[in-house]
Amino acid sequence: MSQPAAIEVVDVSKRFGPRWAVARLTFTLATGRALLLTGHNGSGKTTLLRMLATATFPTAGHIRLFGQETRAERAALRDEVALLSHASFLYEDLSAEQNLTLVARLRGVPQAKAAVAALLDKVGLTTRSDSPARHFSAGMRKRLAIARLLLKRPKLALLDEPFGELDPAGIRQMEALIRELKDGGTGVVLATHLVEQGQSLTDERLHLENGRAVGAQA
Amino acid sequence: MRHWTLTYSSQTQALLWLPMILLALVLALIGVHVFDPKARRWTWKALAVIGVGMAVGQPFLALSWVPPEKYMGDTGRILYVHVPQVWMALIALTLNFGASLAFLLKKSWVSDALAEASAEVGVLFGAVGVTLGALWAKPTWGAYWTWDARLTTAAILLVVYSGYLALRKFIEDPEKRATWSAVVGIFAAVDIPVLWFSVKWWRSMHQTQSNPSTVDPLMTAVLRYSATAFLALLAVFIYQRFLVASAKRNEEVALPEALPAVGGTP
Amino acid sequence: MSGHPKILAGAFEVLRKDLLIEWRTRARLNALIFFSLATLLLFSFALGPDSELLRKNAAGYYWLGILMASVLSLGESFRIETENLALDGLRLIPTDPRAVFLGKAFGNAVMLWLLSLIVLPVMVALYDVTIREGVAQLAGLLFLGCLGISAPGTVYAAIASNARARDVLLPLLLFPVLLPSLLASVKATGLIFEGDPMLQLRSWVGLLASFNVLYWGLGFVLFPKIIEDD
Repeated sequence: MSQPAAIEVVDVSKRFGPRWAVARLTFTLATGRALLLTGHNGSGKTTLLRMLATATFPTAGHIRLFGQETRAERAALRDEVALLSHASFLYEDLSAEQNLTLVARLRGVPQAKAAVAALLDKVGLTTRSDSPARHFSAGMRKRLAIARLLLKRPKLALLDEPFGELDPAGIRQMEALIRELKDGGTGVVLATHLVEQGQSLTDERLHLENGRAVGAQA
Repeated sequence: MRHWTLTYSSQTQALLWLPMILLALVLALIGVHVFDPKARRWTWKALAVIGVGMAVGQPFLALSWVPPEKYMGDTGRILYVHVPQVWMALIALTLNFGASLAFLLKKSWVSDALAEASAEVGVLFGAVGVTLGALWAKPTWGAYWTWDARLTTAAILLVVYSGYLALRKFIEDPEKRATWSAVVGIFAAVDIPVLWFSVKWWRSMHQTQSNPSTVDPLMTAVLRYSATAFLALLAVFIYQRFLVASAKRNEEVALPEALPAVGGTP
Repeated sequence: MSGHPKILAGAFEVLRKDLLIEWRTRARLNALIFFSLATLLLFSFALGPDSELLRKNAAGYYWLGILMASVLSLGESFRIETENLALDGLRLIPTDPRAVFLGKAFGNAVMLWLLSLIVLPVMVALYDVTIREGVAQLAGLLFLGCLGISAPGTVYAAIASNARARDVLLPLLLFPVLLPSLLASVKATGLIFEGDPMLQLRSWVGLLASFNVLYWGLGFVLFPKIIEDD
């Protein structure tokens, strides 16, 4: 094996109080591949994505991304993995531009100002760049959150319901964006209820029920 | 009535060693309890018997056998309970600090349960100690509450650890509760000496700590006896409270051995 | 990987972000100022119009006013972090959790300090106080006192922001722990108001400074345990 797998989940379980949100899950995803994650609400998709993003860690088992263990190598991995979550991670009182500039400066993006302006243009928020996030609609927040994710091209993008709250044009843009990420060599994990759309964008599928993998891996 | 006599019959002299022997016994039992899990079935019972037995004899010793103190008279007798109660509270809260630190270094439900047990028992002993201190202060200093450094520190300490116990009640996720309360436990423990020092600077009129060599040996003996009795009870209280906390934790979290089976839907 | 310069740079960005948010929501800061002014007024009503008594205890009431406001502003500084899970976003950027502590705690201290300076003239007029030892010394002491509140305050606000009944929990946890800093701050401020013939000021300031070292050190080490979920 010349290259370690993008994702290697080994017998992972995650407990919330008395409940196992994810139970004895094992799968791998080769570098450059895209995975579709399906399952009902509460099936463990979000928990799994949060564990892959190093936001939280398994109660038992191991997760390795690019050969690095998430718990031990979190600082290095966070630089390479990006999470688009239900929560937008935005500061409500900062403007769209200020929200992005904060991330750009913390990530050490060169020419932060230009990069932020380009991204705002890309997600169609240039005219609203000075409004605080508080005044944004759900769809606009989603766009801003995507721009936040794209500030530095990640090696692995974790997308939790990226199509939610977007209008049809936004959904098409999002599809194009995911293809662009894939073509650029970024690994993608896509959790969505829109199975058909998801399947056209991904190579493999993992279906979760009660935190367990169901059916064979495609 | 005897006052401040420092010569005693050889019989009495021998009796003065009794508390030290009992203390050694209690400490040995606690040691066995901590280091030999198999012995725990009986060690706590033995400690309970010793503690209750000694506590029954304690009023006789403290109220009648030992002569009244030279300056404070009979009111000074309350110190035979007040002082050891506060000592025990400090021991329990020190244990809480140790358990909190242990949890942050290596997660374990045992140290979390021990932290919970020791804090609660510590607050109980501390509350009794502070109340008795206030009762003693009324005839001695003329007011229930004097802003003396030790009393004030002890009272604030109770507030600090009541907050700690409240925090534990207000967090449902057991792991977060354990971690956060451990952090608060460490902050609180580090605060104790700081608090003590600053209040002392701020105002002090408490008796300076007596050195055993300047006190009638009979009094020292009764004080040590009381402390031994309360230590045995403290150990039993903490252990029983620990069992309750552990059982609760077992109920709250599926422990690692209860990991679900591989594959299949439940 | 994460050397000291990186922590400081991260702390600076977090600080900048917090101050920016405070600036953009100035209405909130204004409300806080009026809140502490109202507190100062209440003390004089509660104690009756005995101006001698008020002048003598002015330092105490002043710090109590700051302390009451601090609970609100600390709670607020973590409300903005729990909204949209912004704090999660911040640490996944990645930002070193210790940088988050330094930035937020310092930002909270600066806000409290500004508040105390704004309220100062009103307090002086209200309680008829004379500042005998110099305004610069007073400003320095106020900042030291605010640092002493903000380090444990930031740790406890982070904890309380995620618990039930956080509005009760934060002052319950925080006030007793702040007592040593409060005692030292009040004593030192009182000496600056009343004059310091016995030269006690230095030792109170020294005490306050050592509390600061202790609390900032503890916060720096323990804060990551609170916000990292492992």
